[in-house]
Amino acid sequence: MSATAKLSVKRGTPEHTYDEEFDIPYSEGMSILDALMWIHAHADSTLAVRYSCINANACKECSVMVNGKVTYACTARLSREGDRVEPLPTKTLVRDLVTDTLPAKETLASVLAGSR
Amino acid sequence: MPHLDADVLVIGAGAAGMYAAIAAANAGADVLLVDKSIVGRGGATIMAQMTVAAALNQDGDDGWLKHHRDTLKAGRGLCNEELSEILCKEAPDRIRELDAWKVGWARREDGKINGVMAPGHSVPRCVYVDFLNTGPAVARTMRVKVSRTKGVRRVSGLSVREIVVHEGRAIGAVAVNVDDGQVVTIAAKAVVMAAGGLTKLFRRNSASANMGGDAYAIALRAGASLLDMEFPQFFPIGHLAPRLVGMDPIMWDPFRYKLGGRLLNGNMDEFLENYGFSDGGKYTATRDETAYAIVRENEAGRGSPAGGAYLSFTHVPEAELRRAFGPVIDLLAENGIDLTQNAVEVAPIAHYHMGGIRVDGEMATDVPGLYAAGEAVGGANGANRLSGNAIPEAFVFGERAGRFAAAMAAGRALVWEEAAAAPALALIGEIDARAEAGGTGPTATIGELWFEVQEMMWEKVGLMRDEASLTAALERLREIRTNDLATVPLSPGHAHNTTVEDWFDLRNAVEVAECIALAALNRRESRGAHQRLDYTATDPEFDRNQVLRLSGTEIVADWVPVVHTDTSLEEVA
Repeated sequence: MSATAKLSVKRGTPEHTYDEEFDIPYSEGMSILDALMWIHAHADSTLAVRYSCINANACKECSVMVNGKVTYACTARLSREGDRVEPLPTKTLVRDLVTDTLPAKETLASVLAGSR
Repeated sequence: MPHLDADVLVIGAGAAGMYAAIAAANAGADVLLVDKSIVGRGGATIMAQMTVAAALNQDGDDGWLKHHRDTLKAGRGLCNEELSEILCKEAPDRIRELDAWKVGWARREDGKINGVMAPGHSVPRCVYVDFLNTGPAVARTMRVKVSRTKGVRRVSGLSVREIVVHEGRAIGAVAVNVDDGQVVTIAAKAVVMAAGGLTKLFRRNSASANMGGDAYAIALRAGASLLDMEFPQFFPIGHLAPRLVGMDPIMWDPFRYKLGGRLLNGNMDEFLENYGFSDGGKYTATRDETAYAIVRENEAGRGSPAGGAYLSFTHVPEAELRRAFGPVIDLLAENGIDLTQNAVEVAPIAHYHMGGIRVDGEMATDVPGLYAAGEAVGGANGANRLSGNAIPEAFVFGERAGRFAAAMAAGRALVWEEAAAAPALALIGEIDARAEAGGTGPTATIGELWFEVQEMMWEKVGLMRDEASLTAALERLREIRTNDLATVPLSPGHAHNTTVEDWFDLRNAVEVAECIALAALNRRESRGAHQRLDYTATDPEFDRNQVLRLSGTEIVADWVPVVHTDTSLEEVA
């Protein structure tokens, strides 16, 4: 019963990126976000991914690329054959799977720039 | 170091925080609205799927007094009636205001806003947005409203570490920009804490990632009192199996509102009646009653295979399912769930917190200049929240907190005292130095610690507690606070450093977990959401609220009489 699935994650910062592979304890129907949360809790707490609601597809913050396609990590299913997760290619990389997806007018930098 | 000034700083941007920002700005204040996540996207609001209770009285059979009576009954004698009265009285105004902002409340055929029945309510009064879209619709509507309100500046991705207190008064905050680690100080004439919610402390929860108890811990350290911390609410029928993604686990609630459904044990028998509760396929048993019965059935070996109960809609015709929930039926099909063929499994799940920061009717805390709003506030819902009262609480208390904070700010000069911010800045510096010195390779120690806290809170401080389990939890929580947090490895880097964020989150979580466990230990009775295995009866001796404060680094408890008002005694037609 203790099946595992391989999850390859593109990680790093704009200065240096690298690929890392994780063995995820697999259960039927689990999401890519489930797998990323498992990594964070049990394998590597430094893995960065932006999300707020958990698997509810409500906050729309967990956009990533799964197997080359832009999707939400919380609705994409982990496949037993293995998957690859990368940050959004069209956004500036912050770290690991986190990209610069905060609304431009509501960042600290923009508020500091506009303050008296 | 960058610095920002504001008349009113609002921390947390769910419905309560956004309402506070709008109300404060409309009262003339210059507002800074900040959130750890994205404004209007994080927190609990966006997860709300259906019910918002308000006595709109469209058919002449309802009124705020009646809504209040239902709220008090659910609250099991512990509601702060000043607050619950405000909640019920002002909810209809806020619902109509949201309607004017075009939130899209579901309508009846006569064009009026549709109100449905929900457990514990004496008349149908719970409004919603189809399909299962209440929270997202509210969040989107308020996000647009906030962005169009003159005088509100918004910062997403900003984590407030501490409220700064000078001469007993809240004067601002110290915060960190998560994506680049930039530290910023904020001076404000008044501060509104609206980052409530703590259900992430429990393994099974319906929380957002940022609901780890920040509001309570930060307010406690600022000198505020916390009320009724022993009362996290467990939603009885959270989704358990089969695995379901793309939907919030509390989604069966609206299904039961509209379609009833049958709750069955592992033998496919109805069981709530065996505990003296009434349900009969109509969804009338209250949350604490249902949660209790499911746990007891499992203890008796009559649970469903995954450890919960079955919820069945197999008797409901497919056409009716589709009429009630349209696209949701397709989403369920994608998850391999066909309600016409099979029952699903459900089980209790941590869902809401009745307790919180102690405030007066103006939402002012014990700390001058500090206000609270939404789920961060304790008292309005007593020992058990009536379904549908959380979203109106966010609206009503948010609006009031913003309005009264702005009024307070209008009469004051801005004060900033760097020395008062020094301890918070020093801690940020200390943790940063620890992280930068780290680099011992990949590790999951902080993640494992978080996981341990969630497991422990679920097992020892969850639905069923006793002196032994609570004492053991308290001991370990104190050890984590003093030992583990001091030594847990962190990793370097300022770009979205998850280990550093986890450290500050966990610091708050452990402090709040200790509050819950301590308060639960002190309340030697069972009442509402607080169920003690060693004190199973409700004891009139405990018709009191428990207040926690920080004394040095120690949490101290005290008891205060319940706040009663005259109207709660009036006859309701």
